[in-house]
Amino acid sequence: MIAVDIEKKLKAYNGLQVLRIKKTFLPRGITRITGPSGAGKTTLLKMIAGLISPDSGTIKTNDTNWFDASQKINLPPQQRRVGFVFQDYALFPNMTVKQHLEYATDDAEWINRLLTIGGLETFANHKPDHLSGGQQQRLAIMRALAIKPKLLLMDEPFSALDMRMKSALIADLQVLFAELGATTLIVSHNPQELDGVSGDELEIG
Amino acid sequence: MDLSPIWLTLKLAAITTLILLLIGLPLAWWLSKKRSLAKIVIEAIITMPLVLPPSVLGFYLLLAFSPQHGLGHWLQQTFDVQFVFSFKGLVLASVIYSMPFMISPVKSAFQQLPASLSQASYTLGKTQWQTFWHVLLPNIKPSLLTATVLTFAHTLGEFGVVLMIGGNIPGVTRVASIAVYDSVEQRDYSSANNYSLILFAITFVMVLSVFIYNKYQAKSPLE
Repeated sequence: MIAVDIEKKLKAYNGLQVLRIKKTFLPRGITRITGPSGAGKTTLLKMIAGLISPDSGTIKTNDTNWFDASQKINLPPQQRRVGFVFQDYALFPNMTVKQHLEYATDDAEWINRLLTIGGLETFANHKPDHLSGGQQQRLAIMRALAIKPKLLLMDEPFSALDMRMKSALIADLQVLFAELGATTLIVSHNPQELDGVSGDELEIG
Repeated sequence: MDLSPIWLTLKLAAITTLILLLIGLPLAWWLSKKRSLAKIVIEAIITMPLVLPPSVLGFYLLLAFSPQHGLGHWLQQTFDVQFVFSFKGLVLASVIYSMPFMISPVKSAFQQLPASLSQASYTLGKTQWQTFWHVLLPNIKPSLLTATVLTFAHTLGEFGVVLMIGGNIPGVTRVASIAVYDSVEQRDYSSANNYSLILFAITFVMVLSVFIYNKYQAKSPLE
């Protein structure tokens, strides 16, 4: 379980707007986050991961206070251990596919499994600029899963995948999420993208 | 021909470049992060040698480190170190004089890396230092190489600063650029020409190598 009750001022084209989120995400649940561009979907994920600080409020998990403005608690991202799939993938140009996963974990068996699920075995020694957009996106997802996170935040994670690849990957990912016991938040602007995935929905803006 | 000025110049450039790599990389990284007024002031000070006449910088260094004055006097009394008219002084002056050539390109390169690269590394549990070493540094390699070579080449070409703080002591502070000037003063044009040709050849080969390396370097998607 993760309970979010935060506020953050965002710069918008027409001045400042305030992003207010109060929501409890249930354990092992999948929540789709929707909303127009600039509403603060990415900012919300980054605040939960500890990459941006909210102006006020709290972020709590079952046993830990990740953020509490009044008590000046703000755990760094390294201690939150959240799996994060960035919208721009944020792949490391100097590392091969395999090195990305090895940078995140020492578990060789887990790495091989992620390579298989991502359909990346034959590209294990390729660097990102020798991968297609879809392969890069799959690598970004696998790297986030490499740390076996209890909370997974995905920012438009399937935008570069074709329908067939997407359905196959989502089916595989659901098995993995269940196995990890992960709570998952997925930002998506496409309402049909997560058809077939049972879950909650949060609309922002 | 006495080759000692050439060796001395190469030694000075190598030591200066090494010191600037050690202090310049963390400094450039720090400057590339969130801006503050203090950082802007520090950056302006680091950039000053680019626009200041070298003799002005040399003059103030000479004043500061002269054994008759405050800092220089204290250094000599306390540590028995004298920077004026010594090789140590040349190194100190060169580090200050060539600093913008190391800091500026490296800082720009760090700034051009997307913030999400560091953020991705942090979410994987990596510290700032691990992120710097494994993610940021390897992805600015071409800029780092350019900065290193420019720093080295710029130190080879120093004249005003080294003359002011080091003078012209054979084997100690008489670097190649000063040897050229000295030879011309003594109407020994042949030696002046030899020193000049060697300096020209070394710097040309270095700069050309960097241009060729950067041209054939596989472009990363970030460039």
